[in-house]
Amino acid sequence: MKQIIQRYRFFIGTTIIVGVITLINHDIGLKSFANAGNSIKEMILILPAVFILLGLLDVWVPREIMIKYMGEGSGIKGIVLSFLLGSAAAGPLYGAFPVAAVFMKKGVKFINVLIFIGAWSTTKIPMLLFEISALGSDFALTRLLINVPGIIIIAYIISLLTIQEEVGEIYKKAENL
Amino acid sequence: MNNFILYTLTIFLLLFSYYKNKKKTKMALVKAWKSFENILPEFLGVIMLVGVLLAILNPRVISSFIGNNSGWVGVVIAAIVGSITLIPGFVAFPTAAMILQNGAGIMQIAAFVSSLMMVGVVTLPIEIKYFNKKMAILRNVFGFIFTFIVALIIGKVLNQI
Repeated sequence: MKQIIQRYRFFIGTTIIVGVITLINHDIGLKSFANAGNSIKEMILILPAVFILLGLLDVWVPREIMIKYMGEGSGIKGIVLSFLLGSAAAGPLYGAFPVAAVFMKKGVKFINVLIFIGAWSTTKIPMLLFEISALGSDFALTRLLINVPGIIIIAYIISLLTIQEEVGEIYKKAENL
Repeated sequence: MNNFILYTLTIFLLLFSYYKNKKKTKMALVKAWKSFENILPEFLGVIMLVGVLLAILNPRVISSFIGNNSGWVGVVIAAIVGSITLIPGFVAFPTAAMILQNGAGIMQIAAFVSSLMMVGVVTLPIEIKYFNKKMAILRNVFGFIFTFIVALIIGKVLNQI
């Protein structure tokens, strides 16, 4: 029991805060709970599928194959593949992190993991259609053209700033997630 | 629609996996549940935070900060607001369009949309759990800086068209 409270203290804390807000301002408080409810609905809709796919990937796809296509020495092929996989994704950014963890477990290169997360965050193909219809194609396509090099450059800078040992630690952590 | 494809694919692969090897399929499901349960506390906490932020920051409030004449100050505010909140794309773009109609400038909108997608302050706890503090902060800081480059270029390109 104590362990559960310990693990969920962040959630319990935020719930109490929203509770207090509700006492002060009914409108904002109730709206907050409604928003959270919607997000949980979205989460329940998408995450089970994402995690089951990850479980299957983990069990069925051998490490050697992932390394060959996206690991050390995968070169441009690895970069392009990471981009495409990230862009084909559905769901909010927090869905990308568990996928990234499985990728690391399977020996995907750190830079490619970063590119994958970058692509998931901004160049998702289904979202591009939404963006074009809401803000126009000039806006959406210009942003896409800036984002592609931007994501790669940011990935390179981050991996330059991260020392080998830190990467090793992150990869070790991914084994246990 | 997206979800439909996602679930069709998942169910198909799951059945195929079960047909090929029952034991491995069970292992996959156990792994799926474990990694889900592992991150659930962070997810729930973040969802409550996002709920409050969305309740306070609605399109009317946001566009009052980042009007057409708000200049670089407006771009900075837009980038900060975008960094804090996390909104799914199918809500974000219509919201951005609404803000634009309410009088925000194109550069401010570009900063808002870009930081909305690349930077997630409220999702930091999840990111830190999967990577580490340094990497999560680096990624978000660079995303934030990049937002201004995007705003600048989009401002230049779209104002010339």
